[in-house]
Amino acid sequence: MSENSSIIKSVAGRGIAVRGDDIDTDRIMPARYLRCVTFADIGQYTFQDERFDPQGNPKTHPFNAPEHRGASLLVVNKNFGCGSSREHAPQGIKRWGIHLIVGESFAEIFAGNCTAIGMPVLTAAPGDVAALMEFVETRPSETVTVDLQAKRATFGGRAIPVDMREAFRALFLSGSWDSTATLLSAREQIQKTVERVPYLHWGAARVS
Amino acid sequence: MGKTLLDKVWDLHTVREMPNGQTQLFIGLHLIHEVTSPQAFQMIREKGLRVACPQRTFATVDHIVPTDSPARPYADSLAEEMMVALEKNCRDFGVKFFNFASGEQGIVHVVGPEQGLTQPGLTVACGDSHTSSHGAFGAIAFGVGTTQIRDILATQTLALTRPKVRRVRVSGALRPGVYAKDVILAVIRRLGVNGGIGYAYEFAGETIDRMSMEERLTICNMAIEGGARVGYVNPDRTTVEFLRGRPYAPRPEEFNAAESWWLSMASDRDAVFADAFDLDAGALEPQIAWGINPGQTVGVSEILPRPEQAKADQAGLEEAYKFTSFQPGAPVQQVKIDVAFIGSCTNGRMSDLREAARVAKGRHVAKGVRAIVVPGSQKVQREAEAEGLPDVFRAAGFEWRNAGCSMCLAMNPDKLKGREICASSSNRNFIGRQGSPTGRTLLMSPAMVAAAAVHGRVADVREML
Repeated sequence: MSENSSIIKSVAGRGIAVRGDDIDTDRIMPARYLRCVTFADIGQYTFQDERFDPQGNPKTHPFNAPEHRGASLLVVNKNFGCGSSREHAPQGIKRWGIHLIVGESFAEIFAGNCTAIGMPVLTAAPGDVAALMEFVETRPSETVTVDLQAKRATFGGRAIPVDMREAFRALFLSGSWDSTATLLSAREQIQKTVERVPYLHWGAARVS
Repeated sequence: MGKTLLDKVWDLHTVREMPNGQTQLFIGLHLIHEVTSPQAFQMIREKGLRVACPQRTFATVDHIVPTDSPARPYADSLAEEMMVALEKNCRDFGVKFFNFASGEQGIVHVVGPEQGLTQPGLTVACGDSHTSSHGAFGAIAFGVGTTQIRDILATQTLALTRPKVRRVRVSGALRPGVYAKDVILAVIRRLGVNGGIGYAYEFAGETIDRMSMEERLTICNMAIEGGARVGYVNPDRTTVEFLRGRPYAPRPEEFNAAESWWLSMASDRDAVFADAFDLDAGALEPQIAWGINPGQTVGVSEILPRPEQAKADQAGLEEAYKFTSFQPGAPVQQVKIDVAFIGSCTNGRMSDLREAARVAKGRHVAKGVRAIVVPGSQKVQREAEAEGLPDVFRAAGFEWRNAGCSMCLAMNPDKLKGREICASSSNRNFIGRQGSPTGRTLLMSPAMVAAAAVHGRVADVREML
């Protein structure tokens, strides 16, 4: 996506919970939808095979539930987004309408991809995730607010602590999660690195 | 205090510490393929940027390629569109493309090592989670997403957080019929599919030291299945000798200096690790990942676990049974198969094909079983042909295909149908992974896949060697 980096201090919206540990990116975005050269149309295929049987009949899944239409905060359990590095998975989730994810834990590559596209992922204790899941399932029309600055999620008069990698949090609070410009600004230091790394000057793929 | 290989490579490649505490890390080798790169090239076009370091960027095509015929245009118009995009991007930005006509095409994690591009001490990135494979050479190699590919294309750097290092020490001599695949499945079974989050795994110990580069590639390939984005083995003589004479290895007059530097990058004897795990592989038997993630693994003589007796992850086991319809408590050897797949970046190299052929030789695939062998690269294909392996496989009823990712993730026409069960030498038994939303996958070594193909069910390859 070519949208500009913006400051994200808090996100408020209705919640949606997808239960289960180790939900991999093949389940979030089946491989056949990776046959594309743009992410533009990918949102509609999010959780496709979890939402529809092979004949195309809808299954029971929160992403099919009318009461969750328009939800923007996703709540998940442990090791969400494991497996394939396909950014198509977080792109699909984001283009479906999700702005932020809270879970017990996230796979490393997935968390990096979410951050790179401006969708914060935050962790919370298992008991607090369970409470939040129950809240969004039983009161789907009510608002959940996640405050990145205060590291707190509030819902139904309750507040739970949430956490995220400080480095990622700093990117959202300063609006610098779109990283290309930041990385480009180190041109001189990049050149110095190239000069000192020995293998860059050996063999057929040498740079100088 | 000594340093780990990870620390040495990280420090060498640090461009700067960033305000948010991450490191801007120089990427020594950027590998790209058709699935995760087109959007990234589009992003740099929109920003008016060029590829910063085309000399260190290499492309191949693997995920979408049909394995029965290389004829263009591909029958799948979407696959053709992706291929055309990759060809254009490589042309426009001056990136070397190991395409079909070059004779060097193959799975990106097979091509990098065989070209000598993957070397000790490098940072390697690729838009593919199995990039951890390249750590077999003592490189720090990791998968990235498309937006990060954009950053690497534009700057040859990436913003990253330094992982902790867990040393996974493997001891004991592997018994006949037990392979690197069984070792890594056993590690994941014990440490869990999320046990490696935040860690790089250093694979060490006498068992790893004795392994060939191909076996080490299998081990590091699946580090990510244990949640570790990075897995590596310290470089040694085996690493050095593998690289000698390869197309992108240092030139002969540079090789001695390169060799000394490579060996100096290994973890120091007094290096301190954040965590350690020991595995005695001497008693290991062939392993089968039967469920819906690679941690749901049993030995070939075991029964499928009963959820009510499980110490951990009961809900995960119940979900696995709900999807697979397998019988808790049944011997794993009773599980029948419909399809056998030998190939992938995990197990699609020469030693894998040789071991599978040893089992297939003089035997025949069971009635009703569809069996395919897909070499990891065109180079592997040529070598296998020179050794007569395709004849062995064909005589045994296997199909011999062209190189690609094929049925590991089924982005090409090689797919499971309906509820089929596949014995597969690949890396993921995730729900829907092999192209049918209801298809089932059993992960095992290539020799075990050949054994299953012959018996039409999970079988103990040790009885067939």
